[in-house]
Amino acid sequence: MSARENILTKLRAAPRSAPPAPDVAAYYAGTPKLTGLAALKHWAALMRAVRTEVLWVRESDWPRTLAEQVAARGIRTLLLAPSTAHGARAAAALAELAEPPLRLGFDQTIDGWKATLFNEVDAAFTRVRAGIALTGSLIAWPDEHEPRTMSLVPPIHFALFDTRTLYPDFFSAMSAENWAAGMPTNALLISGPSKTSDIQQTVAYGAHGPRELVVLAVLPDEIDLAELEADA
Amino acid sequence: MNEATLTYYPSRDFKANARAALADSNLRASFRGAMDFLMGKRAAQFPDAHELAELRKLGEAIRQKSLAKLPELLEQLEAKLTENGVTVHWAETTEEANAIVHGLIAAKGGKLAVKGKSMVSEETELNHYLEARGMTAIESDMGEYIVQLAGEKPSHIIMPAIHKTRADIARLFSEHIPGTPYTEDVDALIQIGRQALRQMYVSADVGISGVNFAIAETGTLCLVENEGNGRMCTTVPDMHIAITGIEKVIEKLSDVVPLYSLLTRSATGQPVTTYFNMISGPRRPGEKDGPREVHLVLLDNGRSQAYSDEQLRKTLQCIRCGACMNHCPVYTRIGGHAYGTVYPGPIGEIISPHMLGLENTVDLPTASSLCGACGEVCPVKIPIPEMLMRLREESVRDPHEKVAHPLRGQGAGVDKEVKLAWRLWTGLYSKPGYYRLFGWAATRLRGLTPRHQLGWTQNHVPMKPAPKTLHELMRERRKETGR
Repeated sequence: MSARENILTKLRAAPRSAPPAPDVAAYYAGTPKLTGLAALKHWAALMRAVRTEVLWVRESDWPRTLAEQVAARGIRTLLLAPSTAHGARAAAALAELAEPPLRLGFDQTIDGWKATLFNEVDAAFTRVRAGIALTGSLIAWPDEHEPRTMSLVPPIHFALFDTRTLYPDFFSAMSAENWAAGMPTNALLISGPSKTSDIQQTVAYGAHGPRELVVLAVLPDEIDLAELEADA
Repeated sequence: MNEATLTYYPSRDFKANARAALADSNLRASFRGAMDFLMGKRAAQFPDAHELAELRKLGEAIRQKSLAKLPELLEQLEAKLTENGVTVHWAETTEEANAIVHGLIAAKGGKLAVKGKSMVSEETELNHYLEARGMTAIESDMGEYIVQLAGEKPSHIIMPAIHKTRADIARLFSEHIPGTPYTEDVDALIQIGRQALRQMYVSADVGISGVNFAIAETGTLCLVENEGNGRMCTTVPDMHIAITGIEKVIEKLSDVVPLYSLLTRSATGQPVTTYFNMISGPRRPGEKDGPREVHLVLLDNGRSQAYSDEQLRKTLQCIRCGACMNHCPVYTRIGGHAYGTVYPGPIGEIISPHMLGLENTVDLPTASSLCGACGEVCPVKIPIPEMLMRLREESVRDPHEKVAHPLRGQGAGVDKEVKLAWRLWTGLYSKPGYYRLFGWAATRLRGLTPRHQLGWTQNHVPMKPAPKTLHELMRERRKETGR
């Protein structure tokens, strides 16, 4: 018999009784939900607590903010997806800088330029799918335009986040979007830049992934910025 | 790489190891500080006792349901993963698991594997196995990398290098990483590690990782981490091999939400980790990165023995948060290496006997004061003290006694002297004449009681029988009162 059959046979031979069924949906239906300004404030506070830079922007002006941030950091090479609408807008804004960075697209598979990606790209700009207020997280579903390594390998990650897609908690996000019906090859929650506490419980950022996570959080016009940052 | 011989801490030497650890004041200070820190962080994450109680109840129910359906869920997981393009392998023993991993790497002509944190690969001693066959396996989790450089093993399942000071690590890095100056600055040390490992991701043929949760419904492997090395290992090399125990499967995607929350808050006191990585297949046509091949190795290694008994099955509910060890007064005082097993602390005491046999772990179930802290903090409510009592029972059960689900090493703790003492006791206490004679002799000859009474007199005054037996005292009282 194969290892598979042996293992399954042993497991099937064990006595089994039916334990009470867990009701995850009922549990989360009974938990308090953060909404509106409170949700945004909570999300930003948790992200900032782990050294994420959260920048509130509007749909009309985020490319200018991105360009300013890129210029302020002296970034020379930036990876983005010019084939997407947001990537094209970002590329156009960056091109107008006095010293525009080299704008690279993920045009080929990683195999052909792994070393360059690791050694020569300073930053990447991607859009994220949604956010989670309760834990201060971003949800990313990398795809062919913005592959997995864009949010991982370059030392700085700029993430464009439409705050209208902020869910109260992880359960709300996966049920509203019916993730169980079909998962992408890779789905991620990102809650800050890479970090570690493996040396004497001291937190250090930039362990393997990005040292900096800069979120351009796009606010709808009806949200007042001053109100959002009050008591923040 | 470091050529130093790995240091082994066989669990058979537990008592000697524990004694040595207790005498090491630096080690004790390291663990005391680290455990206090982790206990404080966890407590801060659960300010609402009612929420914690409800969440633990939910976590327990999810894990118990998953285990009740384990064979069916494993088949569902396999079918779903296969549909997603992942190849599933099964291994009954650590040797089989290692051979599978080695075979996969060899088939690609690979030599270098970069590893994310995986306790199951520690269980199989995969690095050693691959190195003996001309391959190199580099640990990329900072803590694991540090213990690998030191030629040691992890002393904690979540924080592997918790026994190392920054000075130890500064010395290790300057000695083993070419061109590295001595520095005790933690940020600088992490950047040194980052640079050393980054090139490994580029060059590695294979990435190896563990799995925190395997979801049967969607065929998804979930990895929980802060550093990003897990994402690197599962994304950058052309092949990803995940290795995990058969108990890690859960049924529904939504089941992962409460378990993930319980895990991060119980383990390191974080509301969430930096990354929650959900992998549901290799690179699809059109995608530009991600491994072209993904394999999952499902390992038994004694888990089916724990499974066969409904009480001991609860051991398999574990989500490997390490909270039980953080709160264990024994672990805090002796550290992780003294146990001599991959999984130290209370969870190690109840899982290791299934993996290694009671004959090799007989002291572990006794390495507890049964204070109950482990069971109280366990996020999935494993009744650890109850499991410890049961294993103590099994370790002294007659090796020849026929039971429904015999454990490997049944009766390994049988001690001839103790057995003889109990036989005498049974004889004395079952015959009234002998019992009276014994009581009379013990009270009258109490002056002969030895002054040194093994471990008892280390901290207590010697025990001495009373001048008269209780029966005698009662008789006298009746006489006096006339009743």
